Amino acid sequence: MFVVTSPDARVAVRTRALTKVFRGFRAVDSVDLEVREGSVHALVGPNGAGKTTLFNLLTGFVSPTSGAITVFDEDVTGQPPEQVARRGVARSFQITSLFETLTGREHVELALQGLTRQGFRFWRSEKLLGRNRARVEELLTQVGLMPLADKPVGLLAYGQKRALELSLALALDPPVMLLDEPTAGMGVEDVDRTIELIRRIATGRTVVLVDHNMHVVGSLADRVTVLQQGRILAEGPYHEVRTDERVITAYLGEADHA
Amino acid sequence: MTQSVETEAPVTVTGTPVAGRDPRLRWALLAVGLVAALALPWFVYPPVAMDIVAMALFAIALDILLGFTGLLSFGHAAFWGSSAYVTGLVATHYGVPFPVAVVGGAVFAMILAVPLGYLSIRRSGIYFAMVTLAFAQMVYFVAYQWSDLTGGENGLQGVPRSFFGIDLVETESFYFYYAALPILLLGMWAAWRIVHSPFGRVLVSIRDNTQRARALGYEVEKYKVMAFVLSAGLTGLAGGVFAINHGFVALTELHWSTSGEVVLMTVLGGIGTLWGGILGAFLAVMLADYLASSGFSGIDLVTGTVFVLVVLLFRRGIWGTVRHQWLARRLRRSSSRRSPADADPAKR
Repeated sequence: MFVVTSPDARVAVRTRALTKVFRGFRAVDSVDLEVREGSVHALVGPNGAGKTTLFNLLTGFVSPTSGAITVFDEDVTGQPPEQVARRGVARSFQITSLFETLTGREHVELALQGLTRQGFRFWRSEKLLGRNRARVEELLTQVGLMPLADKPVGLLAYGQKRALELSLALALDPPVMLLDEPTAGMGVEDVDRTIELIRRIATGRTVVLVDHNMHVVGSLADRVTVLQQGRILAEGPYHEVRTDERVITAYLGEADHA
Repeated sequence: MTQSVETEAPVTVTGTPVAGRDPRLRWALLAVGLVAALALPWFVYPPVAMDIVAMALFAIALDILLGFTGLLSFGHAAFWGSSAYVTGLVATHYGVPFPVAVVGGAVFAMILAVPLGYLSIRRSGIYFAMVTLAFAQMVYFVAYQWSDLTGGENGLQGVPRSFFGIDLVETESFYFYYAALPILLLGMWAAWRIVHSPFGRVLVSIRDNTQRARALGYEVEKYKVMAFVLSAGLTGLAGGVFAINHGFVALTELHWSTSGEVVLMTVLGGIGTLWGGILGAFLAVMLADYLASSGFSGIDLVTGTVFVLVVLLFRRGIWGTVRHQWLARRLRRSSSRRSPADADPAKR
């Protein structure tokens, strides 16, 4: 059930027998996952397969019942989200999760400040946040939001908020990026643009991706892990996984017909 | 990827928009506020004027937590009252000029806030309010029991108003007002600085979306404790001036009703606005003073009714509602001028 990785590639994220039990329900069950450095690794599976729980475990939003998580061979098991973020693991959220009253620019400024200690400077002017202007505008331009930089995000359209989500994860310039359904709820055109964007930002990074859209997974992922009922059902390159008998029965077949 | 739009965003402002500030308007407001502060003791009995400004700083300090961090403290009397006591004790026993005693009180409030804040912020929402209330009740009880130091039920009597031997300030409340005003204005400036700092931005992000702030690497607990301590310090400044103003510290200053009163003022004026706290304090103190001097005994009934009406009719408080209308109008105007190209960044 588990494909052995080639010994020379470094492992960015690894889990060992990772398990999360919610009131007797094993949402994630003994998962051994290896995400190789520099790869785009997709997690797929039917609803309730444990993808989002696994994501929350990897980013510290949920602590595991048992098992271990390492990031570049450093143990991060049970660490809070802000510490995991400081280890270079940034995430986006499946449900758009922004600061409703702030503008896009203010979001990116906050994101850039997140890994520094400068957030504690209560005696300085907030103009201090603007000193990264060039970098802020570069990030906003990258996701196509520069023209809307100074609008409160409460006024942005859905697709624009999703784009801002990506730029926030990107602002941390993380070695590892976890993207939780970056194309959820998008129209076809937006999906293709997002794929392009992810491909660009994935260069030189490790990306773990959860997405229901097989077109997205197929175009981006180097490796695919299929989860079912909290367990790993299959793993391998997309073309192998999609022809796997068990996977077809469990999930992919339906998705391909859709 | 942003050009084609899934769902059109409705033009309504949720919460408090930070964008759309007008620097000229801000300076104008500041000038009006300053003139009002300087003119106040000409129109209002000076000790009452002093109460208004002290309460205004109290409300503003609370607003750093309530409006800008999203934490409702129902125990701020602990910092207001303990600073009043410490200020009174320092002034009585060391005979120092009153600003020194006030700073002493504020420092004490901050020190007290470190353990209280550290423990309280582990809970949020109503539980945070309850924990802060419980701690404040403990402080109240200590002051009540420790009557050798605090005077217990009788309060701390005869707090001197020493000010470098300048007789006018020490004896005339009119001049005392102008001597103490800078302390409180400095406190308000500090609150403004805190709210509009990199730190303040983080607080707003925590208020809006705590999980997201964490994902960006912010150690939310540390920020909350710091906001709590800073708020307590400014509360302490206000409480100290209040104590000197009255020359007397009553146990009421530590009572939970004082915590409730300041929440009322802040909500009345509008949370997350700073100016709202000032307006709320002005209205609440004036109303209480008017009712007291008219011999009416049901003060709480009237202030309670006013509070309920404001909360029901102006959810954002008085200042918050005015500001919201103003910003919404400006936003509507600017978007009707630009739309529909506005929704499409590529065309602009």
